Amino acid sequence: MQKTYYDPADLKKFGKISEWNEELGKKFFDYYAKVFEEGALSEREKSLIALAVAHTIQCPYCIDAYTGDGLQRGITKEEMMEALHVAAAIRGGASLVHGVQMMNKVNKLDM
Amino acid sequence: MVTKSLHKRESDLANSKRQLEILSNGIFRSGDLPKFAHKIAETNQFPLKAKKLEILQINLGYMCNQVCEHCHVDAGPDRKEIMTKETMLQCLDVIKKTGAHTLDLTGGAPEMNPNFRWFVDEASKVGIKDFIVRSNLTIIKSNKKFADLPEFFKSHNVHVVSSMPHWTKGKTDKQRGTGVFDQSIEALKELNAIGYGIPGSNLRLDLVYNPSGAFLPGNQTSLEKDFKKSLLEDFNIQFHNLFAITNLPISRFLDYLIASDNYEDYMYALVEAYNPAAVKNVMCTNTLSVSWNGFLYDCDFNQMLELPVNSNAKHISDYNEELLYNRDIVISQHCYGCTAGAGSSCQGSVT
Ligand code: SF4
Ligand code: SF4
Repeated sequence: MQKTYYDPADLKKFGKISEWNEELGKKFFDYYAKVFEEGALSEREKSLIALAVAHTIQCPYCIDAYTGDGLQRGITKEEMMEALHVAAAIRGGASLVHGVQMMNKVNKLDM
Repeated sequence: MVTKSLHKRESDLANSKRQLEILSNGIFRSGDLPKFAHKIAETNQFPLKAKKLEILQINLGYMCNQVCEHCHVDAGPDRKEIMTKETMLQCLDVIKKTGAHTLDLTGGAPEMNPNFRWFVDEASKVGIKDFIVRSNLTIIKSNKKFADLPEFFKSHNVHVVSSMPHWTKGKTDKQRGTGVFDQSIEALKELNAIGYGIPGSNLRLDLVYNPSGAFLPGNQTSLEKDFKKSLLEDFNIQFHNLFAITNLPISRFLDYLIASDNYEDYMYALVEAYNPAAVKNVMCTNTLSVSWNGFLYDCDFNQMLELPVNSNAKHISDYNEELLYNRDIVISQHCYGCTAGAGSSCQGSVT
């Protein structure tokens, strides 16, 4: 039996998901490819967003893929780390901003 | 940081036979990855054949002022192999009669050959359409005697092609050595000041980008855009084109791949990115490489692996364009570096 849930080799097999549902698989990959094309945002900016989101959703496949993608694009490690801090700040902020809800509740219930 | 060539360190990998063994064993022997010959046979492209010669590339020697970590030449100040005047004279005979439209001088640092200027002087008289010198930029700043190189290049209408692994100091110095970035920037400013690299100028200045690690180059056009934007904004520097070149798994780059435990992953990445359309235009099909001692090779990489041309004309002294035409190219697994993604050659992408 496989000893871990994640195997780096599985990333390369991503495309195979279409084998069990070709129509939806194809639609998804077409959409995916289109999303990352240069538009109002550059491909480089999109790659950094993807890297930050990958860390937010903690997907090891995506972290692997978008770290490599960033290096190929000449994105520096300083830029990558800054993008991660944006993700971390939003994540941390999202917890802390709910503190207002807690404070509201305490203020209402507490004498 | 590397400071000596593999040769000087007496590394196992200084031996080209050892490199070729590595490239044929392991994952290629076990069949986990297909050998290059099998791969190109899938699309009926085996054997690779030389077409009409367009580029004559001459290596003036392995001596260099730098010791870059990825160098496929294993060049450095400790390499003493440089072309003699006698061999240069033989090269000049060939330059006079070749049908090639491009002459490409490389090294090491070709400028360190004491007969470099004489040779450029003589070769430029022949009137070859495109006369390239691959200059590493820092050589211009390394010693007072090289300070006038930009003017020398200009007076001979030389097309300058220079390496620049990144537009930031950190990534550049890591690959090429401390201080390389600042010196390269200074050299580029000097070249710009006399007209090199300015839009519309006939004085061609192109940059070469190699990834600074075990990954493939991204899209050449977008990298060129990023390089141009950053160099212009940060340093007011301009250049014409960027050539994105894949690092081939030989010599010091192979040593790095093995030492950093990246060799297998890198070979997988190259094979996965294999592009049959790039095979048609790999540079050995229109280039011939001459070594410092006058021997002929299909490309600079084969020269370093000591894989001579498969032809009866083996040396510049018995050069014969007709004999060399249509020869079978000598290949091994390093060739996957030329066919990954958009393909890679000394002139950048090939598709
Ligand atoms: S890569 Fe070029 S500049 Fe660097 S050591 Fe090799 S020949 Fe010299
Ligand atoms: S490494 Fe040399 S022989 Fe092999 S494909 Fe590239 S140019 Fe041709």
